[in-house]
Amino acid sequence: MNQMQNFTKGFFKENPILVLVLGCCPTLATTSSCLNGLGMGIATTFVLLGSNVVISLLSGVIPDKVRIPSFIVVIASFVTIVDLVMQAYVPDLYETLGIFIPLIVVNCIVLGRAEAFASKNSVWSSFVDGAGMGLGFTMALGILGAVREIIGSGSIFGYKFIQGDGVLVFILAPGAFIVLGYMIALINRIRRT
Amino acid sequence: MAKTESTLKNMVLSLTLIALGASACLGFVYELTKGPIELSILNKKLEAIKQVVPEFNNNPDEEMFRLATGEGDSLDIYPAKTDGVITGYAVNTYTNSGFSGYIGLMAGFKPDGSIINITVLSQKETPGLGTKMADAEFKDQFNGKNPSDFQLKVKKDGGPVDAITAATISSRAFCDAVQRAYNTLQKGGSK
Repeated sequence: MNQMQNFTKGFFKENPILVLVLGCCPTLATTSSCLNGLGMGIATTFVLLGSNVVISLLSGVIPDKVRIPSFIVVIASFVTIVDLVMQAYVPDLYETLGIFIPLIVVNCIVLGRAEAFASKNSVWSSFVDGAGMGLGFTMALGILGAVREIIGSGSIFGYKFIQGDGVLVFILAPGAFIVLGYMIALINRIRRT
Repeated sequence: MAKTESTLKNMVLSLTLIALGASACLGFVYELTKGPIELSILNKKLEAIKQVVPEFNNNPDEEMFRLATGEGDSLDIYPAKTDGVITGYAVNTYTNSGFSGYIGLMAGFKPDGSIINITVLSQKETPGLGTKMADAEFKDQFNGKNPSDFQLKVKKDGGPVDAITAATISSRAFCDAVQRAYNTLQKGGSK
């Protein structure tokens, strides 16, 4: 597989949210606005990049039987770094995302890529894979957040263009399921043709 | 690269080394971000104080004092002074009766007890419903009112406060927090 394919598979063919349906907990919970979704996506992308590179570097050294604990330690370290850095420099976003930043540790995408890809491939491929997967995740969250924000509160990036309340259900949890469902349906339709 | 064998020695050794490396990295990042984190928390507080009390030229954060609420708890009070004369109090108040529990507010009072302005510090209310408590439309109705003759109750409970549509619980909680701040300040003898 060439590197370009390796990079782009995260966006469409193997999009972690829309095709693999991994990591749905933060996806549903944090996408009440476009900015929150993008913030969550970027945080996850950073963790994916870091953990993919480090795990692929260490994969030769780590004995097979303790690979999962080792991966988790590496991932948890990157998550804590993201957590502290966001708390220091983007406190507002940090507050909105709240518990979902520490929860990136148990995000299936991160551990999934570490186990399925980074531990078996070269450092450079793992980096590209992490970037593709992370940005694909960010894209899915951004679109999901944008749709929910436009329909739910009549605004985009906090800029209000419709007066009034919008369709409230889209801001609440059921709206996330509805929009995500339609997005997956759409992607399946496109993939079949 | 040959795979390291899963012997006990190798496993213990590799896990120990990884954990050591990880903790060293984290210690480093922690030291690096400690300052900025404290600064951003302080800035947020000062920003909130500035919003809720009139002009001051002292440092309210240094002159902060605590008053007991009478419920086995205490609130932080930040006195705002201009040339030594008290112009208002910013009260860091809270309630636990929000729709999702804790809500933190910074409420500014004139020395006579009337409300100057209120700002929301932290809340976990339902997005699009309870979160509207931070909007001017809701919270500005308290400005200039004195809780001694302005009952802090929503219309549903027979008071004068216009609750947020579909977020009566959040509105009630907001009133509760302001009431707590007012009571504490009055009991503290600061007239």
